Amino acid sequence: RGLLTRLNTPICIVCYLAAIVWFMGLAFEPFTLRTDMSENAMGSTMVLLRGASAVPRQGVRSSQKTGAVSTWLVKAMQSRGLEVFTQSFSRKLPFPDENKERYMVRGTNVYGILRAPRAPRTEALVISAPCSPGDSNNQAVGLLLALAQYFRNQVYWAKDIIFLVNEHDLMGTQAWLEAYHHTNITGMEYSPLQGRGGSIQAALSLELSSDVITSLDLILDGLNGQLPNLDLANLFYAFCQKLGVLCTIQGKLQRNDWDTAEGYTHAAQTMMLMVLKQACGRSWGDHGLFLRYHIEAASVRGINSFRHYKTDAATIGRLLEGMVRKLNNLLERLHQSYFFYLLPSLSRFVSIGCYMPAFGLLVVILLLRALDLWVHLGAPALAAVEGVTEAQQPSGPAVLTVLTPVVISHLTGVALYLLPVHLQEMAVEHFPVSETEAVVLTAVAIYTTGLALPHNTQRLLSGEGTEQGWKVLKLTALLYLAVLLGCTALINFSLGFVLAVTLVPITASMTPHMPKALSALVMVLLSPAFTILYCVFIYQELIEAPVSVSEGWMLFLSVISQGILDHALYGSLVYPLLALFIYPCWLMFWNILFWS
Amino acid sequence: MAAPLTLLLIVAVTIRAVLFRSSLAELISARVEVVSPLNAWKRVVEGLALLDLGVSPYSGDVFHETPLMIYLFHFTVDYAEIVFIVSAYFVDCLSCFLKPLDRAKMAINSNYLKSDLLFNFPGCCELISWFITIIVCLCFCKFHFLCTCKYTDVRLCHQIADGITALALYLSIQTYNKDVFRKQKYALESDRYSADCLELLRSPKEMFYIPLKVAMFYLLNPFTILSCVAKSTCGLNNAIIALFIFCTLKGSALLSGILLALATYQSIYPLTLFAPALLFFLQRLYIPVNLRRSSFWFFTLQYAFMYVGSLVVITGLSFFLLGSWDFIPSVYGFIFSVPDLTPNIGLFWYFFAEMFEHFRLFFSCVFQINVFFYTIPLSIKLKEHPVFLIFMQIAIISIFKSYPTVGDVALYMAFLPAWSHLYRFLRNIFLVSCVLLACSALFPVLWHLWIYAGSANSNFYYAITLLFNFGQILLVADYFYAYLRREHHLTHGLYLKKKDGTEATLVLK
Repeated sequence: RGLLTRLNTPICIVCYLAAIVWFMGLAFEPFTLRTDMSENAMGSTMVLLRGASAVPRQGVRSSQKTGAVSTWLVKAMQSRGLEVFTQSFSRKLPFPDENKERYMVRGTNVYGILRAPRAPRTEALVISAPCSPGDSNNQAVGLLLALAQYFRNQVYWAKDIIFLVNEHDLMGTQAWLEAYHHTNITGMEYSPLQGRGGSIQAALSLELSSDVITSLDLILDGLNGQLPNLDLANLFYAFCQKLGVLCTIQGKLQRNDWDTAEGYTHAAQTMMLMVLKQACGRSWGDHGLFLRYHIEAASVRGINSFRHYKTDAATIGRLLEGMVRKLNNLLERLHQSYFFYLLPSLSRFVSIGCYMPAFGLLVVILLLRALDLWVHLGAPALAAVEGVTEAQQPSGPAVLTVLTPVVISHLTGVALYLLPVHLQEMAVEHFPVSETEAVVLTAVAIYTTGLALPHNTQRLLSGEGTEQGWKVLKLTALLYLAVLLGCTALINFSLGFVLAVTLVPITASMTPHMPKALSALVMVLLSPAFTILYCVFIYQELIEAPVSVSEGWMLFLSVISQGILDHALYGSLVYPLLALFIYPCWLMFWNILFWS
Repeated sequence: MAAPLTLLLIVAVTIRAVLFRSSLAELISARVEVVSPLNAWKRVVEGLALLDLGVSPYSGDVFHETPLMIYLFHFTVDYAEIVFIVSAYFVDCLSCFLKPLDRAKMAINSNYLKSDLLFNFPGCCELISWFITIIVCLCFCKFHFLCTCKYTDVRLCHQIADGITALALYLSIQTYNKDVFRKQKYALESDRYSADCLELLRSPKEMFYIPLKVAMFYLLNPFTILSCVAKSTCGLNNAIIALFIFCTLKGSALLSGILLALATYQSIYPLTLFAPALLFFLQRLYIPVNLRRSSFWFFTLQYAFMYVGSLVVITGLSFFLLGSWDFIPSVYGFIFSVPDLTPNIGLFWYFFAEMFEHFRLFFSCVFQINVFFYTIPLSIKLKEHPVFLIFMQIAIISIFKSYPTVGDVALYMAFLPAWSHLYRFLRNIFLVSCVLLACSALFPVLWHLWIYAGSANSNFYYAITLLFNFGQILLVADYFYAYLRREHHLTHGLYLKKKDGTEATLVLK
């Protein structure tokens, strides 16, 4: 214990560096594991693929012109022999979504059920294709119909297959899933489902953005950073290999030259992209909402990257057929393989056991600092010869001095969580801004006001803050942050790690005796909001679309509004986490800096 | 002291009332950490419904409360209005007396503070404090609950149970402190303590706030609040145990025996508290623990008779109320054979879910014996310190019982301020508090990952359960060590030297 106190700072620095190096090393191929199919039911048996053909996308396109997609879809599905049902839903967003230009959303989901001929219909699979106005995804709807026609004539289905065409992408999926499971988490209005299959085992979502497909991209990151079982990714990869389709993850093709610098950078970039996408906690495809209901799901997105090599719709149809047939063979839910992983490429993965140490090293820093403070706090109490009475005396006020900043920073957090959405009307009245801007700017304003608060709390408290006071506060804040980050990392590793990387160095070293201006600047630069800003820039850099500072700022604002919307619409937890816990925790450290 | 206590009660009641009204209440009452199959309110409601229909509540496998408990709730639910009218009348009548009484009490208080007999409050003063606090509590309850519907009235019951527990703990620790101080004075006068351990002695100034802290630790402990908001009947069991401790420390053997019987009847495990209570009475009556002395046997038999007699009476009463012995297998069989393997914060569920069926009897014996096993060695080691032994026993029960909840943990944690003088001898308190804190936060997270997200599994949750229990055991062991070490220092001096003159360290053996 003595050693730990004496060498505390060097150990902390070493831990931090080790954590970063460890994390970056995860992308290095020899440290990762090969993905391998773990599920027996999907493993050895290879299915014979025939393939669907003749994609009827003309119909979709023409019906979209007349604006009656759902009636056309109902007819088309019925003519293919499915049991067809529709579901209408409506939802008023808390404030207008400027990215997708919607406020009052009204839509219809159409779904057809192909009943399983060979089994008691207690389980189901879902193939979904979002169909929004405009012809962005009609290729996928066409393919879906073609698959339905082909599947109808096969006898081997042991699970119901539900073909779902949902409007307004995620909102349609949300309405359908909530109605399917009789829940209502987000206050959406929808009509109940008339027809229903068994419990859904797995789901595939299909997005084909153009007529010409050169490669397929697999999207796994779901709501709150939840991931489907790795076997689903394995399945996709295996079929892509078999059919010779180019497959990517995070839009990055796999490279084979892991021992060169470029190969490593490529893998690291892919992994970083996954970390950033997962950290932001939103659902990057329609599949993301299925994961909440314990349904393994992934999105397959067709991409036209103008390569020579093109994939025709029939091949994609065969690929989907193969995947659905393998899923059809499942005897129980996918559970054999990993649920916690990072993918530097489609054929390689990093499991939880490998990446957790990187995070653990960061949290250990917090615990070490806390231990150090504890020893410092305990030492004078033991040294005092008068003993217990002396040590007991300051404990009363100390609790109070700690309690006030904690309560005040949490109240600021609550304000940051509640006010932006509730105050938008007032803000729009008084300032020349749109609703969305009003919400985002209120959030930014409250965030900034929070920084001014601590000066006042100290004076309110009457009297000088003691040396012991800030130590107790820091001890509390360190333990709080450690527990908070630990819990976050368990649910969403990437978010926990990104927050830890930026929060840990500053929180671990913060004392009131540092030069005020400089450390305040550093602290602001490493605050949660700036973390988001950096993430925006790094993300843009990684997807090879770098942005200028002003564009980055606009993106940052839209990311905040999207975060708030995601929370209101789908129940994403990142915004409340940041507003109610991380930000107050950071404010406590800010308070320590200005302890007087 | 009544004023801060009243304030504390009001704060505690308000927090609970706010939580009862919020949407969190439903969420909390579904948490496996907070309610167990034994004390879940949902099951009590089921039992009540069966009782109303004239069916035995123990038919089916849902209800596992004791008959007296269900009749208590039956009464509260049916006659809630009468209870309220009586209490309201009571409050109205007494509220006009409140002020003068308070003033009188203040006068008494100040007199005694002056005359240096800090701990010698007369009984009437105590009684007045009791009354005032109960009245204020009732006032609040009246405001909070006047417009509630059937079954929700029972919230009041849970709140009152928590209040009673806190009061009983408060008064018993006050009594205990007086006792400790008196003993310390005698020991000092008779020069039994070694010279250099003056700093280990306890001062009245330091001890003054301990009862209040104990009450605060119980009432404001998040574990207690959760347990109360979930309407877990654990709060009532805690109240019985707290009253038992109070009566024991007040020296009333008959009441103590009855309450111990009641506690045993509720959940069997408090049986192990028989030993510390007996030791306490023996010490109080200056009867040495000597197996060859007839006075020892006489008193032991007397106390055992009171205990067993009231246990028989209570059990018989339940039989006559219910008209059958159904409750024996349904309550006690359920506790002992652990058929319900719903995950909880205890150690049983995972093992019993994993093991082969034909080892079940063996393992349930092994696991259950854990609770009772420590009684004898602890009683021998701590026979001079029965109150600390009570604390140890309660902690051991709450760790090793078959369906533990956080409410049980809260009861023994309330005692921690009473041992605040041991602080300097604790070795792992930082580690333990970190572990307990982290585990409490991780329980819901891992539950979410296991049950909702489906990405973790039961092993994750059980790992946290193990860690939590490890933390608790470490905590209790640490306090045990610290207590013994302080006693050792008091007799042998603070700065121990080995034979060769180097500084010695104490080892717990």
